[in-house]
Amino acid sequence: MKPVLLIDFGSTYTKVTAVDVEEEKLLGTAASFTTIFTDINEGLNDAVRKLEEKTGKLDFSERYACSSAAGGLKMISSGLVPELTAEAAKMASLGAGAKVIKVYSFKLTEDDADEIRAAKPDIMLLVGGTDGGNSDCILHNAGVIAGIEDPFPVIIAGNRSAARECERILSPTHKAYICENVMPKFDQLNILPTQKQIRDIFLERIITAKGLSKASDLISGIVNPTPAAVMRGIKLLAEGTGDEPGIGELLAVDVGGATTDVYTVCDGRPTKGNTVFKGLPEPYEKRTVEGDIGMRYSIKGIVLASGIEKISELSGIPADRCEEMIEHLAGHTDEVPTSDEWERLDYALASMAIDTAVDRHAGHITEAYTLMGLSFIQHGKDLSNIHRIIVTGGSLIHTRRTDEIAAHALYCARSPYSLRPVRADILVDRSYIIAAMGLLSEHYPKAALRIMKKELEHLGTVISPDLGSQREDKGFIPDAGPGQCHGF
Amino acid sequence: MDMKTIIIGVIGNDVHAVGNKIMYRAFTDAGFNVINLGVTVSQEEFINAAIESNADAILVSSLYGQGELDCRGMREKCEEAGIPDILLYVGGNIVIGKQDFDKVEKRYKAMGFDRAFPPGTDPEVDIECLKEDLKIGE
Repeated sequence: MKPVLLIDFGSTYTKVTAVDVEEEKLLGTAASFTTIFTDINEGLNDAVRKLEEKTGKLDFSERYACSSAAGGLKMISSGLVPELTAEAAKMASLGAGAKVIKVYSFKLTEDDADEIRAAKPDIMLLVGGTDGGNSDCILHNAGVIAGIEDPFPVIIAGNRSAARECERILSPTHKAYICENVMPKFDQLNILPTQKQIRDIFLERIITAKGLSKASDLISGIVNPTPAAVMRGIKLLAEGTGDEPGIGELLAVDVGGATTDVYTVCDGRPTKGNTVFKGLPEPYEKRTVEGDIGMRYSIKGIVLASGIEKISELSGIPADRCEEMIEHLAGHTDEVPTSDEWERLDYALASMAIDTAVDRHAGHITEAYTLMGLSFIQHGKDLSNIHRIIVTGGSLIHTRRTDEIAAHALYCARSPYSLRPVRADILVDRSYIIAAMGLLSEHYPKAALRIMKKELEHLGTVISPDLGSQREDKGFIPDAGPGQCHGF
Repeated sequence: MDMKTIIIGVIGNDVHAVGNKIMYRAFTDAGFNVINLGVTVSQEEFINAAIESNADAILVSSLYGQGELDCRGMREKCEEAGIPDILLYVGGNIVIGKQDFDKVEKRYKAMGFDRAFPPGTDPEVDIECLKEDLKIGE
């Protein structure tokens, strides 16, 4: 037996997972409150004690950790055009596991500077312009940021012609890091160098700033932002290792109390004929975070997005009673359902949280009537060929209706132009092991993969109830041709 | 000489791709940095690409007769987006049917296009015009 400990310092709980990498099995999980303000090791030791009560004393050979404690990795980015470099900066930050508090476009104003000063980001990402393209905007923005006294680090990942000048402008007040451009050519996405830089800064500076350094003596490897560990776990599960296959392209949704995170590992290119892809290329591994969609702190965002009538319809509870109950939950964020009525409400809320978050993550299609007949224009990722969905989060774990809730990730007639999966196997991560397996995968990828395959519970296949005539009528499904091919 | 950057693409719900590819090749061979947006390009896509890449000119193609509708308001949007002086060209089958091209050109110039080219124009003609308007080689 060779036990390894995986630690997730969350904002509320410190979760520990013990695995045996020789037997490739999960030994146990436990959690305790995070003690960031005193000594982070107190919470950790308490969690390990609880774990060992279940498993017996374990002699850990290695320990790895990720963290989203103390507000996670707060980032602000500024780019030029909202749909282009500003969007690329957002994708880069989210994919690196950051909590993106604001994305600015065009030139920063004095008011923006005040906002940034007040928000106290951990890292600022400054982009804009293709290589050799626009440099006015990024130079102006470097000047505005230089005027903010708070010495947060700044990553410069815009027009390379302006990078050194930006560094000179920033250097008196901020530590600046120059990276490759996130969009070196028009419509070319290059976010990996920036993501690596974010991770390096996280290690170098943020861990100390967030009081995690005390724990670092105990930890063998580097500490990752938690969402980055989750992304790595999901990627491993999708792709597999060299000699062990993964389960294929997938979609994962984590419905939390404050936010809903959606991850996809897939190329997302058009799957139907007569379709032209438009806009910024999409990253193969994509994460989006819906800050307004969550089961408690962001409960009202779910209602705003889906409408109280829909919540009422799904829960079978009259709308005015729904409103009353939602008002109560917004003020009592730690409450869990205790009766059938409250369970039905949570079912409706979780369903619409998934519906909204996946709808926003997925690409969409618009119709274009051309002289050659009906064509389609696709923006974002086409998820319709994804056949596996992983779900997690309290509202999905502590219910018997997990698969029914998860089915709301599928294609839906209310939003017919959204490219969501149409038929998928549902897997649930009941013991929150994906982040832990993402950590483990850096050193023991095969064990991490096998443990995930073993531990994720398969709930069967769901098919979109709305599938059928609508899609056929719209011409989305037929094999109309080779796709993306226009030879006139 | 700095390489000049130009944006090309086919506007509106127009999927004629062959001429677009020929133009890409011709302008690239002539020494331009060409950003080709392909087919079914909206005004906003042309303008956004021009902003990020600090382009010197936008060359709009239209082959399906709806060009006048698709191009309307484009100069105003450029002004709004902070690139008021960018060079705007349009060419192809830019109106419906056979019309007196002098009148067509006038209409496009009134819309704010710097030049309009009739059907069948050789890329060399556009290249010469670009060199003149962008003062290349002077």
